[in-house]
Amino acid sequence: MTAARTGADVAVKPARGAARPAASAPSRGSLRRLVRLKWGMAAAALLLTIVASAIFAPSIAPHDPLAVNIRQRLAPPVWMDGGTPRHLLGTDQIGRDLLARVIYGGRVSLVIGVSAMLLSATIGVLLGLTAGYFGRRIDWVITMVVNVLLTFPFVLLALAVIAVLGSSLSNMIIVLGVAGWPIYARVIRAETLAIREREFVLAGRALGMSHARLIFRQILPNLVSPIVVIATLQVAQVIVLESFLSFLGLGIQPPTPAWGNMLGEGRVYMLNSWWIAAFPGLAIFTTTFAINLMGNALRDWLDPHMKL
Amino acid sequence: MRSYVVHQLAQLVVVVIGISILAFVILHVLGDPVLLLLPQNAGKAEFERYRKLLGLDQPLWVQYWKFASQAVQGDFGKSWYADTPAFSLVLERMPPTIYLTLAGLVVALLIALPLGILAALKRHSFVDTLCTGIAVAGQAMPLFWFGIMLIIIFAVRLRALPASGYGTWQHFVMPAFCLGAALAPITMRLVRSGVIEVLSMEYITTARAKGVGERTVVIKHAFRNACIPIITILGLQFGQLLGGAIITETVFAWPGVATLTVESIRNQDFPVVQCAVVLLALLIVTANVIVDLLVGFIDPRIRVSA
Repeated sequence: MTAARTGADVAVKPARGAARPAASAPSRGSLRRLVRLKWGMAAAALLLTIVASAIFAPSIAPHDPLAVNIRQRLAPPVWMDGGTPRHLLGTDQIGRDLLARVIYGGRVSLVIGVSAMLLSATIGVLLGLTAGYFGRRIDWVITMVVNVLLTFPFVLLALAVIAVLGSSLSNMIIVLGVAGWPIYARVIRAETLAIREREFVLAGRALGMSHARLIFRQILPNLVSPIVVIATLQVAQVIVLESFLSFLGLGIQPPTPAWGNMLGEGRVYMLNSWWIAAFPGLAIFTTTFAINLMGNALRDWLDPHMKL
Repeated sequence: MRSYVVHQLAQLVVVVIGISILAFVILHVLGDPVLLLLPQNAGKAEFERYRKLLGLDQPLWVQYWKFASQAVQGDFGKSWYADTPAFSLVLERMPPTIYLTLAGLVVALLIALPLGILAALKRHSFVDTLCTGIAVAGQAMPLFWFGIMLIIIFAVRLRALPASGYGTWQHFVMPAFCLGAALAPITMRLVRSGVIEVLSMEYITTARAKGVGERTVVIKHAFRNACIPIITILGLQFGQLLGGAIITETVFAWPGVATLTVESIRNQDFPVVQCAVVLLALLIVTANVIVDLLVGFIDPRIRVSA
């Protein structure tokens, strides 16, 4: 149990640090928050661009991402010697256009990121509410499972399960989704424990509301902010993990363009053609960076005291 | 203190059992070992025979009990691929993983401690904003991509360091830096908030009122007390650190448990995968317990409240 407690405290610390300035130096603190919000808006705009380019990939991609052109293979980006404006980011080992592949690759990452997040959020929130509301033995069991899963490196778990189930888009979503729920359960459980004792819940109980109504109509609406924040940050985590699995060849299989498998293929050619590995990686980095910035700004905006 | 230790050990046992169930479930419930062992065109009778041979026709809890009681004795079965016991295969690869993890931890602390303290002392200054910015960017950096970029720059372009392998100190530089850089951002943020929190305590004000020099206040009074949450967090981060080590190993072809696990997954060599999963979990849990005990030892408040 202590690990769970300290774990929760651990999670609290950074947020407290961020929240404190508002108390000690109000004007400066709010100014800081405003600046961070601006960053958050910029990040949101960037993210929107990435999402839009993934959705409208067929109309904006300059080439077919699967079109092979062996004569143009390993062409460098346009600003280097030997680059052509036909292929702005160059081509890969069999002459496929890198820009088109990076744009299409975003589809896989975003679909997996968002679907896995929805799955984990559903499982985690339901279990967290159950544990926090009902307490006792069911709380003990859920907390124990959360502890076991949180001790364990997410990567290894995903690797092992994918190895047995085999890799396909739906399996990736299931594995990453199922592996990601404990963090929701932990935070939601802690919040529920506190909210359960508040007057409006007690009043609801005195009025004779059912458990389900208390949980979903009285408690859950108060937990929207932490759920939104965790969910945002989790999408980034899932994208990185998916790309790592694909990079190892255990995720999305070529020739389907995914940032991870492009990076994995490009690794072989990095001696002479660094761009094949560099651009997909840059895409992953930009996306996760934008999501993280937005998540931090959301946290500041929704609730500066949030225990995250 | 005694009940504190007992409590910690009890938790260790529960977590290890949990992990072993997980490892068992992954192979026996999600997948069917016979399906993986036999060729696809094998007849139905052949399947049944194998199922009996491996004891898979028995109830699940009997199978789990068999798996667990053998695992406790270090018997995870033979590798399906190399024909040696899975346990010794995994154990052999353990030291490089542990060295890499420790080296990564040292690098992370070397980066995070000075920057975190600096950011806390000069709060809201340019330095602080810069450090926080780098930390947010660093957290978004995919570890394996960072590793590849390091290889491209230092091994391919500059030819200063070996791109992969194991043995000399030069082989350690890039993987350790890669792993350390991945852990540094979160550690830095925690150090920063830890020091800020301690600096607002009354005993710091007292120390300053007594006329203690600023350097002594920071090093002796603030940092020492900030160490407790930092140690706790690092202990809990150990699992993540090991997860990072897994990624780093695969990028730099480091001959540790992770590369073995990935190879075994590719070869569908499940006894080895199972064994690696359980032993890594054991390593993480042990590290957590050691840290908890250490913190309880340093800070009497914790062991009393537990």
